[in-house]
Amino acid sequence: MSALAPRLKAALALFVLMALVPPLVTALGDPFLTVVANRMLVFAIAALSLDLILGYGAMVSFGHAAYLGFGAYAVALGARWGVSDLLAQILLGMAMSAGFALVTGAISLRTKGVYFIMITLAFAQMAYFFFVAQSSLGGDDGVALQARSSLLGVSLEGDLALYYVTLGALVAIYAGLYRLTGSRFGRVLKGTRENALRMQAMGYRPFPYQLIAYVIAACLCSVAGVLLANLTEYVSPAYMGWHRSGELIVMLVFGGIGTLTGAVAGALVAVGLEEVLAIFSDHWRLGFGLVLVLVVLFSPDGLTGLAKRLGIGGSKDV
Amino acid sequence: MTNLFLLQLLNGAQFGILLFLVAAGLTLVFGIMDFINLAHGVLYMVGAYLMATFAGLTGSFWLGLLLAMPATLVFGLVLEFLVFRRLYDRSHLDQVLATFGLILMLSEGVRILWGSAPLNVDMPALLSGSVPLAGPLKYPVYRIAVIAAGLASAVGLWALINHTRAGMLLRAGASNRPMVAALGVDISRLFMLVFAFGAMLAGFAGAIVAPILSVDPGMGESILILTFVVIVIGGVGSIRGAFLAAILVGVVDTVGRTFGPIWLRMVMDPSAAAQTGRMLAPMLVYLLMAAVLFWSPTGLFGRKGAK
Amino acid sequence: MSELLEIRDLRKSFGALAVTDGVSLSVAEGELHAVIGPNGAGKTTLIAQLSGQLSPDSGLVLYDGEDITHLDMATRVRRGLARSFQITALLPGMSVLENVALAVQARSGSSFRFWRDAGDEEITNAQARVALEEVGLADRASVLASALSHGEQRQLELAVALATKPRLLLLDEPLAGTGGQEAERLIALMQRLKSRLTIVLIEHDMDAVFQLADRVSVLVYGAIAATGSPEAVRADPAVRAAYLGEGA
Repeated sequence: MSALAPRLKAALALFVLMALVPPLVTALGDPFLTVVANRMLVFAIAALSLDLILGYGAMVSFGHAAYLGFGAYAVALGARWGVSDLLAQILLGMAMSAGFALVTGAISLRTKGVYFIMITLAFAQMAYFFFVAQSSLGGDDGVALQARSSLLGVSLEGDLALYYVTLGALVAIYAGLYRLTGSRFGRVLKGTRENALRMQAMGYRPFPYQLIAYVIAACLCSVAGVLLANLTEYVSPAYMGWHRSGELIVMLVFGGIGTLTGAVAGALVAVGLEEVLAIFSDHWRLGFGLVLVLVVLFSPDGLTGLAKRLGIGGSKDV
Repeated sequence: MTNLFLLQLLNGAQFGILLFLVAAGLTLVFGIMDFINLAHGVLYMVGAYLMATFAGLTGSFWLGLLLAMPATLVFGLVLEFLVFRRLYDRSHLDQVLATFGLILMLSEGVRILWGSAPLNVDMPALLSGSVPLAGPLKYPVYRIAVIAAGLASAVGLWALINHTRAGMLLRAGASNRPMVAALGVDISRLFMLVFAFGAMLAGFAGAIVAPILSVDPGMGESILILTFVVIVIGGVGSIRGAFLAAILVGVVDTVGRTFGPIWLRMVMDPSAAAQTGRMLAPMLVYLLMAAVLFWSPTGLFGRKGAK
Repeated sequence: MSELLEIRDLRKSFGALAVTDGVSLSVAEGELHAVIGPNGAGKTTLIAQLSGQLSPDSGLVLYDGEDITHLDMATRVRRGLARSFQITALLPGMSVLENVALAVQARSGSSFRFWRDAGDEEITNAQARVALEEVGLADRASVLASALSHGEQRQLELAVALATKPRLLLLDEPLAGTGGQEAERLIALMQRLKSRLTIVLIEHDMDAVFQLADRVSVLVYGAIAATGSPEAVRADPAVRAAYLGEGA
């Protein structure tokens, strides 16, 4: 076994650090912070899944939060049908996400550039309105969950149990994507990102690879949705609003795209920043937006360049 | 029943006209500069807020409109100068991020300046009241005026694009950007012109809609996504496509919400029809978009191979 | 000699401009067939139609006796019809070895494998190294493609095309932008390749063309003005007037 890649080491360090958070904050007398940290982990999963298509496949989807919503509603539907097992709910969320991603992805991937961005946004908005119209699921207001799910008979009612299940899911998904992006499939996906015409001239048709990646990313993001619903014990269409899709992109780019580790780091930092800024002012979005604009304008490679200069995320995985 | 349909058709057309005013500038920006601007809806919102402010200050709808339009234009130019022109050569991802940041900033800025509560703008006395349309049916004068103003703008835009030198360059630029650059045209000045004009049209739409819709900080975002649908259906860079698609989207959305449940009742029982109708209506325009894309990935009037 | 590639009355217009205006051409198995012509004669457009990048308006492209006119590029490559690009088209953010290994991977086993590390595939890498050896880039295998010099990128372009194991190779100005030693090395390489492969070569460098080609076709304004042995074409008065006169 050769030495671990630097980005893998960084990810391991992050995971170990996050594993130590609950005992630490409990010792500090503020166990509520476990919930905040749990939120970071949930969004790390979502940003990771986005990295597969945006970072490795160069597909700028502005509708990724839709799958966060599908996952969350899988919990609400599961609860209504008496299915409280987390794995079953994850399966349900994945099935819904895969179906939606397969159809909308197949249509969106026939286009490129600004079309792709606009169309993924529009389809996510369609899903949003679908759930807004579900009055039995609370419509616009959403619906509160009676209880959290259980995993193989063990209740996740306690914050600690849910936290470590989330961390476990994050580590598993990171490992899975690490393998996937290094595999034959991942290599083709990266090649398509670099130059789709060249890939065709090698004998590949990019479409099926891109579509499969799109569906996998959707399924993985729905896992984050299932966990988010359990964390907040609440499900609403707001989870899949287009702002959320934008925030996922910001998290990912902040940490650095196409590295996996960057997605995790970016989510941890961005969610943390949001929590801190929100303490200071209700109008934190003004500052957040301003920083975003300034960084893109004045850091020549955009946020990625800045992140690289700050040493977040490490170099691009090639 | 027929009357109700006619009424909804008019409402749909009126909504479509507004969508067109917002989409017209944006589709040219996409087409010519291959630049994705998420913040275009903000100009619509700013137009409405400036209208509310100026109309409130002067006590006159007309003075308000007269002041709001150039103010939006200036606002658009300032944004172009400060932000957009630095983004033209950047990746789509950077453009998405920066304009998303701009939305966050400006929406929050509007909340700070004007508060979150919706504002109202009074209708001018000249345009209030209704006129009889057909039989017992009446239609508000103001909405007719909105349709007329929108159509007049569309015709003006058409004349501008088809009968002026700048318009010719625009058409050429929208279908073949390198060619226009090769002709020695100062592309950045051309774009500033397009942008300023698009900003004013969007601001105009926001200003004239102020008396019939409430002015609130979310209004720019809800219209933005429908504008995208319009542009995708019409084909990026095509004014004609944007016009037809805008009317189509406006009518389908408006008529679908009212008549969806009614038509569904013919094939299913009333409660199921009401439920399904409520669910499908807001999704209709997106399904329409999907259908068009399935048939032609570059929209109705998009250039082929310009994917 | 049997025909490997046959083009019948191929036509392609952009608007009012007929870029390919009734081209008919046949390439025999094993020959190196050069297509020359002044700038704007439609050479690259012709290659694009042969490789499947562009679809012709009318006419036929037959490959090994089969109609491939409307097959996409990927399918043609899988059947052994590879191309190189005039403007270097590589995967800039990936290593030289990975660029070639991807071409090997495309024809050896499924790419829908999601778990095993592709970088550890010894057989794939070995085959990729053979192609790199062939073009003289073996010692640059681990460098990023974007870090190569222009001449090296041209070599890599060839290595990628070779790694698809083609029967017919379409080379679009492989010498473009190279000079001196680099060009000589590439010419020597093509000399070696022509004994194993059928090659359609588009090239501006006349010395190289007359040195390598078995037959030469001259493309002028989208149509074939003459076809024949290098000597015959060089002597053809119509060709001299239309084309060689300019540069000679």
